[in-house]
Amino acid sequence: MSDYNFAFFDEGSKREIRRATLKAVAIPGYQVPFASREMPIGRGWGTGGLQLTLSLVGKDDVLKVIDQGSDESVNAVNIKKLVNKTTGIRETEETGEATIIQSRHRIPEIPLHSKQIMVLQVPICEPLREYEPSELETKKLHGEKEYSGAWLMLFEQIMRYGSMSTGAAHPVMVQDRYVMTPSPIPRFDNPKMHHSEALILLGAGREKKVFAVPPYTKVVSLAFDDYPFQPEASSENTCKVCGATGVFMDELVEEETGETYHQCNDTSYCLSRLNSQEKPVEVTVHG
Amino acid sequence: MGYVAVKGGTLAIEESIKRLKYERVKKGTVLGIEEIEGGMRGLIDQIMSEGSIYDEKLAAIAIKQAEGNPEEAVFLLRAYRSTLPRKHYSRPIESEEMWVERRISASFKNIPGGQILGATQDYTHRLLDFDLIEETQKEALEWLVQFAEENEGQQEQLDLIRYPKVMDYLRKEGLLADCADQDLEPDDVTRKSLTFPTSRSQRLQVLTRGQTGAVTSLAYAVIRAYGVIHPTVGELRVGQMPIYIDDPIHPETEDEDTYYIGAIKLTEAEMIVPVTVEKEHGKKEIEFQIGYGLCYGQNETKAIAMGILDNSLEKGNPEYPTSDEEFVLFHIDSVESTGFISHLKMPHYVTFQSKLDSARKTKRKEASEQKEGN
Repeated sequence: MSDYNFAFFDEGSKREIRRATLKAVAIPGYQVPFASREMPIGRGWGTGGLQLTLSLVGKDDVLKVIDQGSDESVNAVNIKKLVNKTTGIRETEETGEATIIQSRHRIPEIPLHSKQIMVLQVPICEPLREYEPSELETKKLHGEKEYSGAWLMLFEQIMRYGSMSTGAAHPVMVQDRYVMTPSPIPRFDNPKMHHSEALILLGAGREKKVFAVPPYTKVVSLAFDDYPFQPEASSENTCKVCGATGVFMDELVEEETGETYHQCNDTSYCLSRLNSQEKPVEVTVHG
Repeated sequence: MGYVAVKGGTLAIEESIKRLKYERVKKGTVLGIEEIEGGMRGLIDQIMSEGSIYDEKLAAIAIKQAEGNPEEAVFLLRAYRSTLPRKHYSRPIESEEMWVERRISASFKNIPGGQILGATQDYTHRLLDFDLIEETQKEALEWLVQFAEENEGQQEQLDLIRYPKVMDYLRKEGLLADCADQDLEPDDVTRKSLTFPTSRSQRLQVLTRGQTGAVTSLAYAVIRAYGVIHPTVGELRVGQMPIYIDDPIHPETEDEDTYYIGAIKLTEAEMIVPVTVEKEHGKKEIEFQIGYGLCYGQNETKAIAMGILDNSLEKGNPEYPTSDEEFVLFHIDSVESTGFISHLKMPHYVTFQSKLDSARKTKRKEASEQKEGN
């Protein structure tokens, strides 16, 4: 792909994205605007994450891309293909081996280490958007640390449904200052952000924002004293394939029997557990 | 379980891309780039305008690759645009300098310089022309020779006339508020993202890059019900604009030392919007405001619609969404809107699983409450 520069962008563009990233690292949880470029993949398909990855990647980096927990998901494959085409760097599915992990909606089960950068793709970066549609207004609210709206959203959910029903993207407070969306990761992954050893970067391409959780930053999921934060119940199940418990599970249906069963959502984690188990287990792939 | 955890995603993608190529060539015909450039002027102009890059050839390649799908062709051009370094900024252009090919005013019959219809579909009957099925290249060439004979010498004469602006006439009459020049360095929305409240240069840039259909629809809403203004086309002109850049080595030099780098075709619409203004002691007067539209190529509906939205964002009633700059500017970009809509096709298994968990929790609660109630 010699028609294009290393990592797709011209050097000026990469530098500009890195500059925004540095600012984001300096102000944990604050959404830094940047001149998001149009990418060869769809706006809304991970262009924010992709721009971060491309601006960071060097020739010695090892890249892992996951989409909803899977390395082999079509969109993850597609993003990897593009990075590989424009950089030629090495890819991996092994979480521990990667230096940059770009992910859509999951943080891997294996704890990340300080030599890694986690890049999360973000569709809607504004945690207050549901409550206030105007960007001008939400910017003011953040500036004044006026987060009644976020608390009100949770309170209304409790009034209506008896519990917080945020689903993925349960808002977090970063270092006691900024309320931030952790991107639509399941609530189960929220605690992994707290005091993470790895740098976590979040990129919203369409919304043109970059934000960050630097290593060892305090990240607390919003909750009330009498209504504590609760991860999804699916992690209470056992993986049918590798027998793992306490990780985020996919819910699947056995076609023949119609029975519900569970499997690790993090496919790389599941696979490495299988590989380390002595006796071979038959793996069925569901298509 | 759908296509997330399916091993072999790579293979599936490859096969899908093969299918796509098959769809493009299955009839055994291949469109030449010259043919697209020659015969798809309307689509090329629209795509260059939305793609925010002026190059007919690149647009033609994009159209070919996208099988004529505008959203896809615009996408291709925009992605290509991201790889180009910004080397120069042009000198500001004055549209009086335009080599006019078409110029009309709906406000005045006798405009200084006269009305020039130029090439337009406005007065054609939209009857499918079945003769086109049999049209040959030979016929076209013969027609061209004949056309050249008829118009000998005319074209050059016309091109060199510098047409006065209709708006200047209104300004002279004192009907249009004379606004001072705002010689601010324009913002560049492709280098720095939008900030609110936006500057006029940011607004105009986002509008001119907007998806033709979206810009048209929102402007239609303004004049139909959500703004209730009835603007008039003060002047609409289509033609070539020469572009100059400063001497890249000595940028401080005088005007005469600028470099001509080529001409681009533009459509410009200056819309006149009548408004009632209240003066002292409740006395009311009618004044005229302006709405400005400018876009690449010949895209007249879009330029007019842009003029309407420019005015609506500048002066409109804030109660209407069409006067809310976030509502308009955040939602008219083709790549952004189609990208986010199409992302819904991606797997949402994790997010949905999480929502499902919340939904089940509320159901369980409801059930246990009912039990207690009994």
